[in-house]
Amino acid sequence: MLHFTRWKMIAILAVVLAGFVIALPNLFSKETVDSWPSWVPKRQLVLGLDLQGGAYLLYEVDKQDYVQKRLRSLVGDIRKAMLEEPRIGYSGLGVQGQGVQFRVRDLSQLPEVKKRLDLLLNPLGTSALGGPGVNEFDLEIGSDGVVKMGYTQAGLDQRVRQIVDQSIEVIGRRIDQLGTVEPSIQRQGSDRILVEAPGLGDPERLKALVGQTAQLTFHLVDTGVAPDAATRKPGTLVLDSTDTPPVPYVVEELPLLTGEDLTDAQATFDSRTNEPVVSFRLSSAGARVFGEVTQKNVNRPFAIVLDDHVISAPVIREPILGGSGQISGNFSIQSANDLAILLRAGSLPAKLTIVEERSIGPGLGADSIRAGKIAAVIGTIAVCAFMVMTYGFLGWLANIAVIVNVVLIFAVVTLLGATLSLPGIAGVIITVGTAVDSNVLIYERIREEFRAGRSAIASIDAGFHKALGTILDANVTTLIAALVLFYLGSGPIRGFAVTHAIGVATTMFTAFTFTRLMVAMWVRWRRPTKITL
Amino acid sequence: MAYLRIVPDNTNIPFMRMRKWTFPLAAFLSIMSVVLFFTVGPNYGIDFLGGTVIEIQTKDEKPDLGKLRSTLNDLGLGDVQVQTIGADNSVLIRMGQQAGGEEAQQAAVGKIRAALEGEAEFRRIDIVGPRVSGELAFNGGLAMLVTFAAIAVYVWFRFEWQFAVGSIISAANVVVMTFGFYVVTQHEFNLTSLAAILTTIGYSLNDTVVVYDRIRETLRKYKKIPLGDLIDRAINDMLGRTVITTVTTLIALLSLYIFGGEVIQAFTLAMIFGVLAAIFSSICVAAPILIYFGLRQDQMTKKQDAEAAGKA
Repeated sequence: MLHFTRWKMIAILAVVLAGFVIALPNLFSKETVDSWPSWVPKRQLVLGLDLQGGAYLLYEVDKQDYVQKRLRSLVGDIRKAMLEEPRIGYSGLGVQGQGVQFRVRDLSQLPEVKKRLDLLLNPLGTSALGGPGVNEFDLEIGSDGVVKMGYTQAGLDQRVRQIVDQSIEVIGRRIDQLGTVEPSIQRQGSDRILVEAPGLGDPERLKALVGQTAQLTFHLVDTGVAPDAATRKPGTLVLDSTDTPPVPYVVEELPLLTGEDLTDAQATFDSRTNEPVVSFRLSSAGARVFGEVTQKNVNRPFAIVLDDHVISAPVIREPILGGSGQISGNFSIQSANDLAILLRAGSLPAKLTIVEERSIGPGLGADSIRAGKIAAVIGTIAVCAFMVMTYGFLGWLANIAVIVNVVLIFAVVTLLGATLSLPGIAGVIITVGTAVDSNVLIYERIREEFRAGRSAIASIDAGFHKALGTILDANVTTLIAALVLFYLGSGPIRGFAVTHAIGVATTMFTAFTFTRLMVAMWVRWRRPTKITL
Repeated sequence: MAYLRIVPDNTNIPFMRMRKWTFPLAAFLSIMSVVLFFTVGPNYGIDFLGGTVIEIQTKDEKPDLGKLRSTLNDLGLGDVQVQTIGADNSVLIRMGQQAGGEEAQQAAVGKIRAALEGEAEFRRIDIVGPRVSGELAFNGGLAMLVTFAAIAVYVWFRFEWQFAVGSIISAANVVVMTFGFYVVTQHEFNLTSLAAILTTIGYSLNDTVVVYDRIRETLRKYKKIPLGDLIDRAINDMLGRTVITTVTTLIALLSLYIFGGEVIQAFTLAMIFGVLAAIFSSICVAAPILIYFGLRQDQMTKKQDAEAAGKA
């Protein structure tokens, strides 16, 4: 137990030295570390949001909202399909629960109905598992002429997956434009997106940018009827404006243009009023449509609608043929800028709602780091003092082992790029408390063997031999618990489990190698004949 | 040279004779904890109930809580609790789940922000929606069960099945008592508390395995001595270690409790309780269970013989 080959000794010391070198940059500020020569390791700990401040936003795809909107547009598509020549007569077309339902009058037309509706099933490409592709909808035609079209579970799941993917892309584009923060955007589960923005104390601006659907549409306004009149034509909608109090507008349901027809959007100032506005440029197809519509509707207002709210409803003074225009609507410089960003980055495919939000101001984070450091230093000193009182010189060896242990924990956390959170600091401090346990087990065992009448060196040898088995069993059980917590836990549980698991592993390493090496060197140096523990 | 010895050598405490008292005591405490858990119930935090917690630092040195309370309660958001924490001008605002789903939570926080704009710095805002809160509780419970199962399998392979059962019952006893601690003290029970409880599982198992390891060794050494006396011998032999390790762990936890700041305090307090419960449980629950479940000494000897035969 006390014999080490030269190479083993070198290997152990090399690991410890590497630990110190890797952990070293954490003692310095980022600027200092950056000025070091390139061959020095520079990686620093990643601090959790609770320590450096930041925002944690968990979004969920609003499935119900998406399904309802999608089904309403399916109703429009079905209506259009039935109007094709030869026309098919139907009644009672509308959204029913998770699907759309109507009745075909002439049963002999059912095969033709099937042919036309098959084109609307919308295949969603091959599924992730490589099996046959799923359709977004399924179609059911009863012999009594009742046609049902609706979501299948597989179709909805696949669609939601796509929505999450698209949303992550759109959010990424939006945040890139912001430029100042570097958040991480990740999928969570099947229908959630996690946005984490370190260093951002106040997430309001981020939330405004990420959470907004930003569905921009242009509609013609029907000025012929009052918004509350029962005489509203089918195919029109009442939408409120963003003014206070809101002004209702009757608009045509089918948009003239959507945000997808835009190729560019910029925040500028109106040349006459000097107010902040958003200028936009249309694609060539969009420009053609816009030109035709404005030509036909001079002196009629059209509504610019963002997420079901009319932001402005200018009157068409003259045909707009150049394919560019501007949106005014009581913007501040920042809100004009944000809208331009949203329009450039594209709209979200579905509404996202925040299901969990945690934001920590940088001040609180800094306070936590300071408190954590103080607690760690005082805790370590107190434990070390107790060990020296109990074991004298061997207590010092145990303390060196504990300090090496803490350094190794920080080195591994740095190396893995794992995040250090406040519960993580607690994990390190508790490891200090329990890492001592392995030394206590060894020393108590040595003491016992010596009292049982063995020679000093034989006691040390037997003490290590017997204690290491116990240390292995005890630490493996703890390690299992920590690993389960790491994989199944979230938030603070995970933050704790990371450092605790690493701490248990480094504890085993130091007990089996470094402590043993130190004691072996001490034995070789002093040749003890008596053990005073 | 005289070093500090907290536990004298050659102690001979008859733990197994004391089991007539300690085992029922442990059972009683566990049952009381369960009863309290279901009758009184812990003071659940927003992680499990949903709701909002906002920590602000007011510009005034001494915040006027009464005024703050009436301002916030006039917003029509239901009961809004206001209390100071830690530093003099830090105030914690708690608000229950708002009716109307996730968006209503956001709207409510918007109102509070508007009402306090300019008067205070927002240090922390936690909003947990109704959908997430249930999942967080479920995942925590799942993590606990999987931990138990994984450890039971490991201990079963390394020892005998009685040891596996004993370590799990002992750890469960610690968990249940720590839950009871939360009910009795009415400290807020949140995700961090769950982390504390899960950590005590690790500590408890560590301690139990150390004691079991020694019991196994003693069993192999002395084949003729009755099981109860053997276990007493093993526990007494390990008493020095158990106490020293507990003291060092408690020193680390106490420094965290005193200096680690407000956020971590409830966590460390539960850990301190858990560590004490863990040593009690290893000695007074885990060890006697081996007797109650009829561990036979020849079981160990046979296994040892088989191992020896395997090596030879």
